Amino acid sequence: MSGPGGAIRARTVPPRGAAAAHLAGARWLWLVLACAALVLLRPALPWLSAFPPDWQLPVAAWLNGLTMPVFSWLRPFGRAAALLLDYPLGGIRAGLQSIAWPSLVLIVAALALRASGWRLAAFAVASLTYVVLCGYWRQAMNTLAIVAISVPLSVAVGFALGAMAHRWRRLVRPLEAVLDLMQTLPAFAYLIPLLILFGFGPSAGLVASLLFSAPPMVRNTMLGLRLVPADILESGVMAGCTPRQTFWLVEVPSAMPRLLLGINQTCMAALSMVIIVAIIGGFDDMGWEVLSAMRRAELGRSLLSGSVIVVIAILLDRITLGLATIGRRRAPRLGRRGLARAVAAALVLAVALRILGPAADLLPDASGRNILEGLDRALLAFVGATDAQFNLLRGAITYGVMLPLRIGIEGAATPAVWGVTLTPAGLALYAGAVGMIALLLWRHSRAGAAAALLAGLLLYTGLPGFPWIGFVLIVAMLAHAGAGPRLALVAAAVVAGILVSGLWLPFMQSVYLCAIAVAGCLAIGGGLGVWAAQSDRVSQVLRPVCDALQTMPQFVFLIPALMLFRVGEFTALIAIMLYAIVPPIRYVEQGLRGVPADKIEAARQMGTTPAQLLWQVRVPLAWPAILLGMNQTIMAALSMLVIAALVGTRDLGQQVYVALGKADPGLGLLAGLAIAAVAMVSDRILRGFADRRRGGATA
Amino acid sequence: MNDPIVTRPVKLSCRQVWKVYGPRPGYYFDTRGYQIEPETLARRLVAEGHIPAVVNANFDIHAGEIFVIMGLSGSGKSTLVRCLSRLVEPSHGQVVLDGADLLAASPAELIEIRRHKMGMVFQGFGLLPHLNVLDNIAFPLKIQGRPAEARESRAREVIRLVGLEGREAAFPHELSGGQQQRVGIARSLAVEPGIWFLDEPFSALDPLIRRQMQDEFLRLQDQLQKTIVFITHDIMEACRIADRIALMCDGRIIQIGTPAEILLAPADAYVADFTEDVAMGRVIRAGDLVGDPAGARPEALPADAPEVAADALLDGLIPAVAAGQRRFRVRGSDRRPGGVLSADRILDVLRHGQQ
Ligand SMILES: Nc1ncnc2c1ncn2[C@@H]1O[C@H](COP(=O)(O)OP(=O)(O)O)[C@@H](O)[C@H]1O
Ligand SMILES: [Mg+2]
Repeated sequence: MSGPGGAIRARTVPPRGAAAAHLAGARWLWLVLACAALVLLRPALPWLSAFPPDWQLPVAAWLNGLTMPVFSWLRPFGRAAALLLDYPLGGIRAGLQSIAWPSLVLIVAALALRASGWRLAAFAVASLTYVVLCGYWRQAMNTLAIVAISVPLSVAVGFALGAMAHRWRRLVRPLEAVLDLMQTLPAFAYLIPLLILFGFGPSAGLVASLLFSAPPMVRNTMLGLRLVPADILESGVMAGCTPRQTFWLVEVPSAMPRLLLGINQTCMAALSMVIIVAIIGGFDDMGWEVLSAMRRAELGRSLLSGSVIVVIAILLDRITLGLATIGRRRAPRLGRRGLARAVAAALVLAVALRILGPAADLLPDASGRNILEGLDRALLAFVGATDAQFNLLRGAITYGVMLPLRIGIEGAATPAVWGVTLTPAGLALYAGAVGMIALLLWRHSRAGAAAALLAGLLLYTGLPGFPWIGFVLIVAMLAHAGAGPRLALVAAAVVAGILVSGLWLPFMQSVYLCAIAVAGCLAIGGGLGVWAAQSDRVSQVLRPVCDALQTMPQFVFLIPALMLFRVGEFTALIAIMLYAIVPPIRYVEQGLRGVPADKIEAARQMGTTPAQLLWQVRVPLAWPAILLGMNQTIMAALSMLVIAALVGTRDLGQQVYVALGKADPGLGLLAGLAIAAVAMVSDRILRGFADRRRGGATA
Repeated sequence: MNDPIVTRPVKLSCRQVWKVYGPRPGYYFDTRGYQIEPETLARRLVAEGHIPAVVNANFDIHAGEIFVIMGLSGSGKSTLVRCLSRLVEPSHGQVVLDGADLLAASPAELIEIRRHKMGMVFQGFGLLPHLNVLDNIAFPLKIQGRPAEARESRAREVIRLVGLEGREAAFPHELSGGQQQRVGIARSLAVEPGIWFLDEPFSALDPLIRRQMQDEFLRLQDQLQKTIVFITHDIMEACRIADRIALMCDGRIIQIGTPAEILLAPADAYVADFTEDVAMGRVIRAGDLVGDPAGARPEALPADAPEVAADALLDGLIPAVAAGQRRFRVRGSDRRPGGVLSADRILDVLRHGQQ
């Protein structure tokens, strides 16, 4: 008996005999045949392509009917809580505003020095001075105030929940399900209920930020406590610790690095959320600044405020991360006492400044605006000059890739769109090409050939025009192949639920947008990852770029996309891709670099060419990591949908946004739940494939 | 055999102890104890998807004894020693410490027992990463709520005992493996435990360091005279330090005896296999072989027959045998009897090993 690991692996790896592979291949071909038949039958049976409206159910209205009474019952409590939250929030805001900025810069620089070293301290001073010069100090402090109050709350709640789940193991599974939901459900979807409960204002944003940023703390707490080595735990018990002593004196300190990492992630999530939430709150902070600039198409202002957010995010990230790892490095540059002294000096300075000039806030007033206007002009000139090129790019991708997927070749090949009509000969040519590709793939894998045929069909009809029964079949088969019959049922139920609740068209729009974005990210990011795996220099250049991209709040990605391509679906696509491109780069590089050296040596010894080494040794061995990267890409793209909807899409994200405008919690929740369900199902499917691949590789 | 160790009072006694992992271990043991034969029950447990990690363990450990539990990895050693301290709750059986049933102790009593009577050393050291050497060692005292000065002076005492002076302010990750285990040993000794458990304390160390730590362990034991349960998977280590060895396989104790008994009279082929590569001359001592087959009594020895200590290793007698000595007068010790030892017997053992 090889222990529990062996047992689990044995259970998840299905028999992979030749017969089973053959059977699986045949199953895929049946799927292709069924879908082709459905496509051909469409003219005869119109309900195949468009789900009949009278089969739909008013699910959103039901949800409203169900939740509204609960909300109105809870509302007084919510309003009271909002009032209570307003006091500390107001206090912190006033406090931060009343400290003159040089004092605060001093404090942050001291923290940075302790967290990491002189370089970070210099970066802190430079970036905060930049914030002041841009004229965004006040707004930045207001944003920071909400972060400052929501992070301790999230950390406390997250730690308590994580510790409870650690103590009572039975809670782990339900808690994890809730966490999955909270992290995949777009925040906008629960903003409406929060607005109803807490009223318009910063408190609703605070609670939203709490809901969004507590999950990482819960997860890290559970993980940290679970990973405390048995030896350490037992040594505590043998020293005669009571259960409470064991927890506080042994487990928590041993898990501290993980807990601190959780705090770092909570900070970043809170910042990201605070900025998103400003869209509804609309009080004087950074998120509001970016949003109103974007709405008025003031390019310079949106770029400048966006850069301020990025700078704050990076600073917050590096400082909390540095403080989290302080125990594992050599003695920090600034001891605890030094830090206390610096803070005291800064506070004395602040008080002195207050007394000397009670009214002065020392902020430059005109300079920021001047920079802005100059920047605006320069950007407008740039955009005007490059408009033709970017338009060309946009046109090429819109007409070449996006439209065919949206309305299909049958819809695009018209005089109005492509300027040509689809002749029977052209259709035959297309079918022949698809068939050829499928035949070529057939030798490698039957599933691959089937996938090519399906892609050909999908491209012909366009995603929304594809028979919905066929789509349900495809999803169910994929889920079955990835994670078994249970997930197949769940996946089919999710798709059916979306159909019945009348969200089919927006859903297909989402699928189509995400599919293009993910494919693009995988192609570009995967390529970069391969390159970075081969070359240390490329890897060194890409790493800080990836780091920066990952610390940026999602919102910021809209700015450059909007600047270059204006409102529209293509702009949304660019924003989604910018946000989702990091995982393929990271995972592909890590996966390829992680291939054991002895395997590579063995292959070299056999005389492989570099290309063979890459495609036949490294990529197959790195496949689980690559699949996980793909998974992360899909999650990122889905989570960006709602935010990208701000620049104009027709998908589920837009539904959430519309619901927000109409204060229709049912519709918002429904569309949000649809996105979350899609995210969770695709996550399970891809994880299933990755796990099986890993199991299969070692079995 | 007249072994003085087993005449000492019993410190810890283990009676019919079972530990079963699996879906419902409680089902197999009712309050009246099992009625069927242990081996049958163990086989049925395996057949029904359970893991019998400890099967019917019975032994007494005497005061001042070094009792070594030895076996391959996965044979249930760690589980057994944890049953003795109730870190693992036995599925069945009795553990009697100082005459009191340990399994009947309430949680509060158990905490008291652990605070004052038991010390334990772990294979992975089990040091708290956020405390320095001094605080790690003083941790059990802090748990008991002793005042700070008393804690510190006692901690410094044991630090001196294990030779870690000067490293008081270091953190565990700044120490080598050997030094970390010294901290582990010092911490377990800080409360002056009556019984000392060591679960593979030296297995994570390099062979040279391991050897050195064994020597120091024996020196410490000479000084402290603790009752010790020592776990190892290394037969040489077991033979070097044990008063008695319990050999485990698949949760069962298959033989208990002194190193000499295990080496000279293995209970079965498995034990014989296990001990095959051990160098007899470095484990067996003169006193283990007294009782000459020819029946000569000490008085009948020639006057010039050399006298050796009962604790002398056979390897040390080889030069004398080579020089032609036929008989030795063995002077008894508190661990081994005296008597007469013939050179033939020595050569026999060195040549054939097991009989
Ligand atoms: N918590 C547990 N759950 C299930 N099986 C366990 C558990 N702990 C130990 N075992 C099993 O009990 C057996 C003995 O383990 P252990 O006492 O750790 O062996 P050793 O210390 O001799 O290497 C092993 O087969 C192990 O897999
Ligand atoms: Mg063990």
